Amino acid sequence: MENNTIIVDHIEVALEGERNLLEVIRKVNIELPTFCYQPELSIYGACRMCIVEVEQNGRKGLMPACSTPPVPGMVITTNTAQIRKLRKITVELMLANHNMECTTCSRGDDCKLRQVANDLGIEKVRYRNIVQPAEIDDSSAAVVRDSSKCIKCGNCVRVCREIQSVGVLDFAYRGSDTVITVGFGHGLGESACIGCGQCLKVCPVGALTPNFQIDPVWAAISDETKVTTAAIAPAVRVAVGEAFGFQPGEVLNGKIATALRMLGFDRVYDTVFAADETILEEGTEFLGRVTGGGVLPQFTSCCPGWVKFVEQFYPEFIPNLSSCKSPQQMLGSTVKDVLVTKEGLKRENIVNVSIMPCTGKKMEAKRPEFAVDGNPDVDYVITSTELIRMIKQAGINFAALEPSEFDMPFGEGTGAGVIFGASGGVMEAALRFAANTLGYEPKCEQLRGEDGIRSADVTFGDITVRAAVVSGLANARQLMEDIKAGKAQYDIVEVMACPGGCVNGGGQPLHEHHLDTVARRTKGLFENDVTLAHSSEENKQLVAMFEEHFGKIGGHKSHELLHTTYVDRSKNI
Amino acid sequence: MSDNFAKVDAIVKKYDRNPSKLIGILQEAQEVFGYLPEEEMTYLANQLGISPARIFGVATFYAHFTLSPKGKYLIRICDGTACHVKKSSDIIAALFKELGLNEKKLTSDDGLFTIELVACLGACGLAPVMVINEKVHGQMTPDQALALVREIKASEGGN
Amino acid sequence: MSINLENIAASFNERMDQHKYRIMICGGTGCIANGSMEVYEKFQEVIAAKGMSVSVQLDKHESDVVMSCSGCQGFCQRGPLVTIYPEGIFYTKVKASDVEEIVEETLVKGNIVERLLVVDAETQEHIKHVHEVPFYTRQNRIVLENCGHIDARDIEDYIAKGGYVQAKRAVLEMTDEEICQKVLDSGLKGRGGAGFPTGLKWTFARKAVSEKKYIICNGDEGDPGAFMDRSLMEGNPHAVLEGMIIAAMGIGASEGHVYVRTEYPLAVERIKLAADEARRMGFLGDNIFGSGKHFDIFIMEGAGAFVCGEETALMSSIEGKRGMPNPKPPFPANKGLFGYSTTINNVETLASVPIVLAEGSTYGQLGTENARGTKTFALTGNVVNTGLIEVPFGATLRQIIDDIGGGVVDDDGTVKPSNFKAVQIGGPSGGCLTPEHIDLPLDYAGVQKVGAIIGSGGLVVMNHQTCMVQIARFFMQFTQNESCGKCVVCREGTKQMLDLLDDIIEGRADENTIPLLEELAYAVQDGALCGLGKTAPNPVISTLRYFRDEYEDHVFNKHCAAGRCKALANYVINPERCKKCSLCMRTCPNGAISGSREEGYRIDPAKCIKCGACQAACKFGAIEVK
Repeated sequence: MENNTIIVDHIEVALEGERNLLEVIRKVNIELPTFCYQPELSIYGACRMCIVEVEQNGRKGLMPACSTPPVPGMVITTNTAQIRKLRKITVELMLANHNMECTTCSRGDDCKLRQVANDLGIEKVRYRNIVQPAEIDDSSAAVVRDSSKCIKCGNCVRVCREIQSVGVLDFAYRGSDTVITVGFGHGLGESACIGCGQCLKVCPVGALTPNFQIDPVWAAISDETKVTTAAIAPAVRVAVGEAFGFQPGEVLNGKIATALRMLGFDRVYDTVFAADETILEEGTEFLGRVTGGGVLPQFTSCCPGWVKFVEQFYPEFIPNLSSCKSPQQMLGSTVKDVLVTKEGLKRENIVNVSIMPCTGKKMEAKRPEFAVDGNPDVDYVITSTELIRMIKQAGINFAALEPSEFDMPFGEGTGAGVIFGASGGVMEAALRFAANTLGYEPKCEQLRGEDGIRSADVTFGDITVRAAVVSGLANARQLMEDIKAGKAQYDIVEVMACPGGCVNGGGQPLHEHHLDTVARRTKGLFENDVTLAHSSEENKQLVAMFEEHFGKIGGHKSHELLHTTYVDRSKNI
Repeated sequence: MSDNFAKVDAIVKKYDRNPSKLIGILQEAQEVFGYLPEEEMTYLANQLGISPARIFGVATFYAHFTLSPKGKYLIRICDGTACHVKKSSDIIAALFKELGLNEKKLTSDDGLFTIELVACLGACGLAPVMVINEKVHGQMTPDQALALVREIKASEGGN
Repeated sequence: MSINLENIAASFNERMDQHKYRIMICGGTGCIANGSMEVYEKFQEVIAAKGMSVSVQLDKHESDVVMSCSGCQGFCQRGPLVTIYPEGIFYTKVKASDVEEIVEETLVKGNIVERLLVVDAETQEHIKHVHEVPFYTRQNRIVLENCGHIDARDIEDYIAKGGYVQAKRAVLEMTDEEICQKVLDSGLKGRGGAGFPTGLKWTFARKAVSEKKYIICNGDEGDPGAFMDRSLMEGNPHAVLEGMIIAAMGIGASEGHVYVRTEYPLAVERIKLAADEARRMGFLGDNIFGSGKHFDIFIMEGAGAFVCGEETALMSSIEGKRGMPNPKPPFPANKGLFGYSTTINNVETLASVPIVLAEGSTYGQLGTENARGTKTFALTGNVVNTGLIEVPFGATLRQIIDDIGGGVVDDDGTVKPSNFKAVQIGGPSGGCLTPEHIDLPLDYAGVQKVGAIIGSGGLVVMNHQTCMVQIARFFMQFTQNESCGKCVVCREGTKQMLDLLDDIIEGRADENTIPLLEELAYAVQDGALCGLGKTAPNPVISTLRYFRDEYEDHVFNKHCAAGRCKALANYVINPERCKKCSLCMRTCPNGAISGSREEGYRIDPAKCIKCGACQAACKFGAIEVK
């Protein structure tokens, strides 16, 4: 047996099943610049930045590291004069067809093109700038596209097609006319885009960004006639700190609450409250379907991307979607209802701002059914990245802040609500509720894990619940096809559009190796879970509110405020 | 419109509803419709279970496909240097206005006219030059160009 | 059921013998464009009017004359071509109006219509027979042999010339290993450009483990000025199919695809018909040649993208996607069409396969050490005889341009050896050869050594009125236009190269332009994803190598010696010739000419837009370019 090693820049490396040279090269702590390589996507090989010199069987040649499988005996050189020159010219060529108004680009210091150009020491672009005038597509509430910044790496195209199986973006035209676009030149807002924002997570430049709502939020804060509330989603608390020197997964509720007050929000709430609220309603709905012979499986409806996906591609499954609103929308309608009836505020004077890990929530808040006489339940949705920007705009030294508490009654939350932020969390919370309701021990960890599709039979005495947890819509499509073909039978299914759940949402801070970050944020949520009450019905404020305000769980008032309906959108895609 | 969808259905059926036969399907659709109309193509995407973006991407990649119908009369206006200095842009503007066209919409709604702007027709001595279906018209003015177009409209029974 | 090819051939020949004359009319694209189909119909009409019986090939019965329509015969310059058998009388530039005379004189009276014959350039003698025409006798037409001598629409005609014998043998008598070995031994290399040994390619595929295997015929010939593959598909489609059947047996493929560019409607029609015919005869489909084996061929039309000639892009296109190349590895032999092992061969390669497989074939003895056999070339440009030719590898430019091509023509129509400036060989991926290479034996290695490639076989001959910067720009614009847009260096690099060439041609270049262009050319060569991108800069690199002084003349002196770069032209009025007619002044679209009938006229260089309208208008040749 031959030596199973290769040599990278004079260092011998053992091969351990790496898929390509890039992975091997990273093992010796060399970070080659890449724009179109994403480990979870198919190999594209177009940016040409990872080209290395490969010597094999006495022959030398230049090969892209991303698409070349390692073969024992290869000798790799990553940094010859020829390669340095080639990389520099390649970046120069990109810059010559790039909108170089970098100082006013919202991507700021996170722009990989800018970093790489800087690292390579490009001080002047010797070619004529041929960039076409910017075409800005802000038709979607979730994501904005600026064509003049796009470097055509295709990451967005592949993530939308391969991970989400939506394929709303594709290349069009060819050669130097190539653009990335929605079909027939339409805007994202008129397309099948589900708003998940996975595209902007893989965009190396500022061509794709969240549809920022910072300015109207500042305006609402400044408006003294308004009572402005803020509520943070579970996944936000483990990510915002990353911009201020904290590790992914560090739970920073207290500092975030203080910062929100300093920014000028009148009330600071926790969306976890509404996650618990969701569990009470959705869990009750599920038990009702099981005992009352309702349509099964029941699909969760917390994720707006998933909901739109069903409405567009699987309208026949609309009856399977839980009729519960998502936590964001439950909180919005509850807050307005309670503040109006209890504090005598005028509905139009309450401005609800939710802070979400998600760009899709921006679209969700704009759905017409989530408004009363044109006044939305949630007025503005900003993402974790936008909150970070507001904190920076205000000059707040986040790391040094003293923690503070959320405002009651919408400030209490249980561990079951906190884990909503990770894939499988909604399911586990629902199972805890079911177990408690049926009188069994609420220890329901069977569905934890990292796979995109996980399933387990969960038994409570003689009741067996066939449960599945899915994240990533390509996985969801797979599951739906299996269900349709009769290959899979479930009673309850949790689906989150983003792989790994909300912790990996399109509104979260961006990182080079984000898969690792996602795992650490997830871990943070589950660690936080064990410090809190275990099951949603242990949320005292919530229980009190049901008793005083809503009446029965699943009753008339809660149906009016907390449930919704869906629309068949299969004709409009 | 449902009539056209039926035509799409027939093509889709012929190709076994197989998205990997997309090029052949689009070729056949173009034969049927004369071009690849958006509404029918969106319907086609639905039928094949692929996204409209993919069809748009394929249709714009290959030179053979066209997304807009060409008019019965192809008006090529030279915008080369010589014609440009002789104010071909005034002619272009006049015809655009007359026919309700712009740089992105080059075929008139009645399907009679398509305007193409070309770099140089090699007839600089006659600048500015306009060619209608192979017939060269030199030393045009906006008024003359309009007169030609209106003459054609009248002969086609329009108003 | 076994198929007896000899019987089919014998009965075909027997039927042919019953006709007194066979009239073969060239039905290649060039001749059709010149009206050969009208000639074809006129013949039927006139012959019938003379009281003779006439049949067309597809419905054979006893008659005085049988009409056949061949594929491209190569001598496109002289089309439409009409050959009258059995004697082989060869008429060129035949128009419908000549038919009456041909029928009356040749068919009825047995005379020759001399004015339609080819005239030998050296002896000025009229040449009567097709087999005596120097254009043909100086070639070695093997792969092209049947093109022009058989009716492409008639499978039996091909069988009568020995067709499908090798396919049958490959199916019934040979093992896959034997087939691959035989092709390997023949030295056959891919004719599409890269020159990779065909037998080796097949061996990789044969050894590949794959649930299903494909053979693809790449008929997406897109080089401007190349039409070898078109001619083969039009003129002898069965040879291509036979090659595919043999390839399928060699590698174990059960399905074949022919990818033909949509710009070749006649080739599409002919090869589709040929496949139907082969299926009808039992050479394709289930149980081919009674062997119990299954192999079928599907024809797919491209949709207008040059890049689909690149094999991974071609497969994407067959899969219904944008024709964008993918990185290799994985190589198609391991993971190709729909993820299965796939072998892609060019049309000419496949048409050569039945020839090299034949027992006692001497094909492999032709050519040179590293390139055996023959190569077809599309000879175009400033040469007397343009057309499609076939010569053994190792032939020289002198043989091709002077002996077969009849010499280089100047813009004034004179033919002399000193007119020769360069040939562009290998299309947009190729380079140029110059008078110093006139006696260089043309084969893969030899041409590569001097910075060009054989490529698919485009040969564009250029005289001294050709500007080499313009030629480089022409090819650059082509590749830039046809770049798929996937990888950065090709998408952006070719665009910037074109921009820099425009700077040179339009007088904006400075001392940085050529170094920047050259550096970028090598970067595209090193960095592009696919073969087309890597070779896109070749025309620039090659012209810079041999004609650098011409580039520098443009850049530093703002001067184009060939007089082709309009923006560098300085129009002046020669007062000695000027008759002061004022026509130039009235013609100038930009009011750059002023003066009077008394004083004469002058051109204001600042206002002149160099359109050349005045020069075209002047009746006295008084306007000169300096």
